[in-house]
Amino acid sequence: MSVSESEGLLRGADPIRGVERQEARLAWGLVLPAVGTILLVALFPLAWTVWESVHLHDLRMPWLGRPFIGAANYLEALGDPRFWGALGHTAFFAATSVGLELILGLGLALAMNRAFRGRGLVRAAILVPWAIPTVVAGLLWRFMFAGEGGIVNETLLDLGLLREPLVWFIEAETAWVPVILADVWKTTPFVALLLLAGLQNIDASLYEAARIDGAAAWGQFRHVTLPLLKPAILVALIFRTLDAFRVFDLVYALTGGGPGTSTEPIALYTFNALLQNLRFGYGSALSVIVFAITFGLALIYIRLLGAELTGSKR
Amino acid sequence: MVALTLLVMASAFPFYWAIVSSFTPESRLFQSPPLFPADLVLDHYRTLFNERNFWVPVRNSLIVAGTTTAFCVAIGGLCAYALARLEFRGKSLLLGVILAVGMFPQISVVSPLYLVLRQLRLINTYPGLILPYLTFAMPLTIWLLVGFFRQLPAELEEAAMVDGASRLRAFREVIVPLALPGLATTAILTFVYSWNEFLFALSFTLGPERQTVPVAIALFRGQYQVPWGQILAAAIVATAPVTLLVLAFQRRIVQGLTAGAVKG
Repeated sequence: MSVSESEGLLRGADPIRGVERQEARLAWGLVLPAVGTILLVALFPLAWTVWESVHLHDLRMPWLGRPFIGAANYLEALGDPRFWGALGHTAFFAATSVGLELILGLGLALAMNRAFRGRGLVRAAILVPWAIPTVVAGLLWRFMFAGEGGIVNETLLDLGLLREPLVWFIEAETAWVPVILADVWKTTPFVALLLLAGLQNIDASLYEAARIDGAAAWGQFRHVTLPLLKPAILVALIFRTLDAFRVFDLVYALTGGGPGTSTEPIALYTFNALLQNLRFGYGSALSVIVFAITFGLALIYIRLLGAELTGSKR
Repeated sequence: MVALTLLVMASAFPFYWAIVSSFTPESRLFQSPPLFPADLVLDHYRTLFNERNFWVPVRNSLIVAGTTTAFCVAIGGLCAYALARLEFRGKSLLLGVILAVGMFPQISVVSPLYLVLRQLRLINTYPGLILPYLTFAMPLTIWLLVGFFRQLPAELEEAAMVDGASRLRAFREVIVPLALPGLATTAILTFVYSWNEFLFALSFTLGPERQTVPVAIALFRGQYQVPWGQILAAAIVATAPVTLLVLAFQRRIVQGLTAGAVKG
C-alpha cells in the first residue's frame, strides 16, 4: 500500500474505522500470495481428484476418452478385495505403531522430564532418527533384517533365540516386524518431545499438593500427570494416526508391499493404481476415499480434543 | 538412567551400523561383521560418486528443497505475520484451512498434479517438483511462523509505529530482525521435510537426471544383487546434511516442533 493511499484513508470521516479498514486491506494483501498458492497447488487439485473419480479415465486407453460414470469407480473399490486388504493393513499398521509409540514416548518423556546431566545429548540422539529421510530409514531396517548374515538374525542366533536364519520378508507375519519397528524407531522421538512439552507445562506445586495428600508415585501419575497431559496425548495421537494412515515411503523401501500384497497400505495401492496401472479414474476414487477417512479421523479427534479443552469442568 | 542410556543406544544403533557398514567391503557385509570393525574402506563412496554420479541427485535435492524453502519462507512469512498480528475478518477460517491442507494426505492430489504437470510438460523438471512441494511446505511454514510471530512482544512494533513508521516498515525493521531465529528454524524444518519427501519425487520424475536423493536411493539396482554397500553410503550422504542441521539447531527445532502443537 502506498503512502498517499494510507494518508487518504486516514483523512476519512471516521479515523478509527479507517485505520481498521486499512489494516484489514493490508492483511489481505499480505496473505494473498500464500493463500493463492495454496488454492492453486492444493485445493484446486483436490477438487479435480473428486472430478476424476467419477469419470472413466485410463491413460493406457486414451481412445475411450473420459466419460462420466457416476459412482462406478467407488462401487468397484467396494468390491475390490485388494482395496479392503490395503485398508486393513493400514489400520493394523496405524493401530500397532501408534500404540507402541505412545507408550514408549510417554516413558521416554517422563524420564527426560527429570533434570539430569546430558539431557542435550539424549535429545540429540533421539532427534537423529526423526530427521533422516523415511526411505533411508526403511532401507536401513531392511539391511539389518537381511536373511543371511543380517545383524538381527546374527544376534538372535548368537542369543540362541533362533536355530537358523529367518527370512523375514517371505511371510506377512514376519514382514510386519521390521516395518513396525522401523516406524516406532523413527517417530517415537517426535511423540516423546510433544509429551515432554506437555509435561513441562504442568505446575510442579500440583505434585507437591498430591504428595502432601499422601499420593504415592503411581497416584501422582494417575491423578496429576495423566489428566493434565491428556491434551498433549491427544495432539500426539492426531498427528501420528493421520501420519500412519498415509504411510508410503517406509513400506515402499522395506517390503514394497510384499510378499505379494500382504503388507500393502492404501497409499501404496493407490499409487500403483495411478502410476503403475495408469487407471486415473479408479486411482482418484481411491485417493478420495483415503482423503475422506483421514478427514473423518481428524474431525473425530478435533471433537474429542475440543471437548477436552473446553468441557474440562464437567 | 540405565533405561535412558539403553534407549539412546537403541536410537543411535541403526545409524551407527549403517556408517560402519558403508565402510565395510561388500564381500564381508553379510559375514557376521564385528561390531567394531578393524579395517575400513572408502570403496562404496568412490563408486557412488565416480560411477553412479550420485552428485546429480544431491544437486537436484539441493535445488528443489532450497527453492521450495526460500519461496515458502518469503511468501509464507508475510502471510504468517498478517495472521499473527493483524485483525481481519475470516482470519480463523484461513488458519483452519491452512492447517487442514497441511494435514491432508499427499496421495489425494497425486492424480490431478500428474495430469496438470504432464499437460504443462513439467514432468521430470525442477518446477514439476517445486510446485507439488508447496502443497505441504507452505502450510507447514505458515503454521510454524504464526507460532513464532505470536511469541514476539507487540509493544515493539507499536512503538515503532507511534514513531511514524508504517506497518510494513515496522515489520521489516523491527519484527524481521527479532524473528530471525524463528525464521531460521522454520527454514530448516521446511528444508528437512522437502529434502526427505518421497512420494511426489517418485511420481513426477522419470529418470536419474531429475531424481532427488531419496528416490535415487530407493531405486538403486545392481546388475546381479542389491548393492548394499553403495546404498548405505548413499544413505549416509542423504542423512548427513539434515542430521547436521538438526543437531546444530536442536534446541530451537524442538521448540518449533512442539510450540504449535501444544499451544494449538
